[in-house]
Amino acid sequence: MTDEGQDSNHVIEVKGLKTQFDDFVVHEDLDLSVRAGEILGVVGGSGTGKSVLMRAIIGLKRPSAGTVRIFGEDYYQASDKEREVIEQRWGVLFQGGALFSSLTVAQNVMAPIKEHLNLPDELAKDIAALKISMSGLPEEAGARYPAELSGGMRKRAGLARALALDPEIVFLDEPTAGLDPIGAAKFDELIVNLKESLGLTVFMVTHDLDTLHATCDRVAVLAEKRVLACGPLEEVRKTDHPWIQEYFSGPRGRAALAFKAS
Amino acid sequence: MTDSAASFDIDVTQGVLKLAPQGDWRARFLGGLDDPLRDFADDSVGRDLVIDMSGVERLDTVGAMMLQRTLRACERNGDSGFVRANEAQAALLEQVENHLSPCHVEPLHENAFVAVIRRLGVGVVDAYYAAIEVLSFVGLALATAGRVLLNPKKMRWTSTVYHMEEAGLNAMPIVGLMSFLIGAVVAYMGAKILSMFNADIFTVELVGISVLREFGVLLSAILIAGRSGSAFTAQIGSMKIREEIDAMRVLGLDPMEVLVLPRVIALVIMLPILALVAAVLGVIGGGLVAATAMDISPALFVSRFQETIVINHFWAGLIKAPFFAFVIAIIGCFQGMEVEGSAESLGQHTTLSVVQALFLVILIDAFFAMFYLEIDF
Repeated sequence: MTDEGQDSNHVIEVKGLKTQFDDFVVHEDLDLSVRAGEILGVVGGSGTGKSVLMRAIIGLKRPSAGTVRIFGEDYYQASDKEREVIEQRWGVLFQGGALFSSLTVAQNVMAPIKEHLNLPDELAKDIAALKISMSGLPEEAGARYPAELSGGMRKRAGLARALALDPEIVFLDEPTAGLDPIGAAKFDELIVNLKESLGLTVFMVTHDLDTLHATCDRVAVLAEKRVLACGPLEEVRKTDHPWIQEYFSGPRGRAALAFKAS
Repeated sequence: MTDSAASFDIDVTQGVLKLAPQGDWRARFLGGLDDPLRDFADDSVGRDLVIDMSGVERLDTVGAMMLQRTLRACERNGDSGFVRANEAQAALLEQVENHLSPCHVEPLHENAFVAVIRRLGVGVVDAYYAAIEVLSFVGLALATAGRVLLNPKKMRWTSTVYHMEEAGLNAMPIVGLMSFLIGAVVAYMGAKILSMFNADIFTVELVGISVLREFGVLLSAILIAGRSGSAFTAQIGSMKIREEIDAMRVLGLDPMEVLVLPRVIALVIMLPILALVAAVLGVIGGGLVAATAMDISPALFVSRFQETIVINHFWAGLIKAPFFAFVIAIIGCFQGMEVEGSAESLGQHTTLSVVQALFLVILIDAFFAMFYLEIDF
């Protein structure tokens, strides 16, 4: 790790980010940093580029300007080797789970282990079982194919794969979207629990106000092509911006707050 | 196997086993320790074990899991446990503790012999039901066609014409080229063999009869099965996956009427036209070879053609075209409707669609051949 004059406590540091699709600019001059060991929730209206921001950070969408530093390393300037090291230190849960459909859940979890770690087969299987169980799946789920799982189980299986290499950062793209409220609440609990016991840093894109209240240490609001506000939920709520006010003080925002208060 | 950044020491004090892991206990360094640790656990079953964590510099879930596993294998009464673990290590060990049960990695396999028998049985039963389903689909398509015939306003002309262009007109260059080449190849064969008997002139009959009766229509059908039958399956199948078919049903639109009928009618109209083009170009291909490789001038070719080839050969070929077209379109649409859920299913059914359509086309062609023989056509 090289510390080049930035806060070494920040595991992700985005500076002056600009992303665009042809002429359509999604982000411009966007700054955001994520501290080690926190859960950062990224919110914003549809089309404000929450997922694009995540894709820019994990290297799937090359920005047209700006830098993305992960563990102090400039991702887009790094050599292939350095990148591989970074990639082994993060885990990503995509919205639909993005499991490999031709592999069982356990084989999905074992895929990164087999690729990156030189471990005996027996141990790899034990690791897969551990991650599957830690993600809250029943043990018989290991031998099932993704197509045989419900949406909630698929997300848990995706999380198990994201955790396969004991990452330091986990990226979650709308982890609770499409889950029923009970399943969503359990998923929130799971994320907080794993964050605490494994010391994870979590970067979470979400729409879910309940999840924000239940899990996030800090919230970043994306609007007008940049981060409008970033801080603890209580502070962000007070920001004087029409979208933020409507978001947190609308009927759903108040309901989520009331629920948390009770 | 890996760098030896991780290791463990064992000693016994006052009858209590003590395991002291050392160094970096993270997954990447633990490959070589898995077997020794398992052996150790096997040897120490039923003895109290204390694991001293003070020598561990770094720990991840894998290391924690291996230690917990060892502890659990040995543990007999309450004196076992971890000592001198720092806060983070304790949290990890605790997190892992409840998640040690192994799980199956692959789907359960059955006995190979039983599997073969079972698959055979399932195959037979599936084939039976598939045949019934295809037949009922044919019936449904015909019934829908009848209903639309009585009420022509329901006919989707735009869609039909679109598919006539897409599946028919756009296929014309490739069908024509293929048939031209096959006509030429047949003529070359004739030139080589017939000239041995000094019967070069019979090349005209060879090309004429084979291209008009069989090759023109059969090649067009095969090409269309591969080109349009699969496209029908993919189009309807992806609509099925996106629930568009369900949406049509609840909106009161009949998918048979909206999707299937236009495709069937388009192919039934276009395949005979394609077969005609194929026949013409096949004969031209044969004629060209006859003129260049043999001493049969175009004029001779044409006059011989008119004398010896009766029109029946042409009709015998062309009559088959609508039947082939019907089968290809029906199978394509049917397989599209059978697609369920995932993209793999779409792939499977697209393959099935082409295979079944080709098989049925050849089967029907064989029936026609026998039929023509019986009636001397």
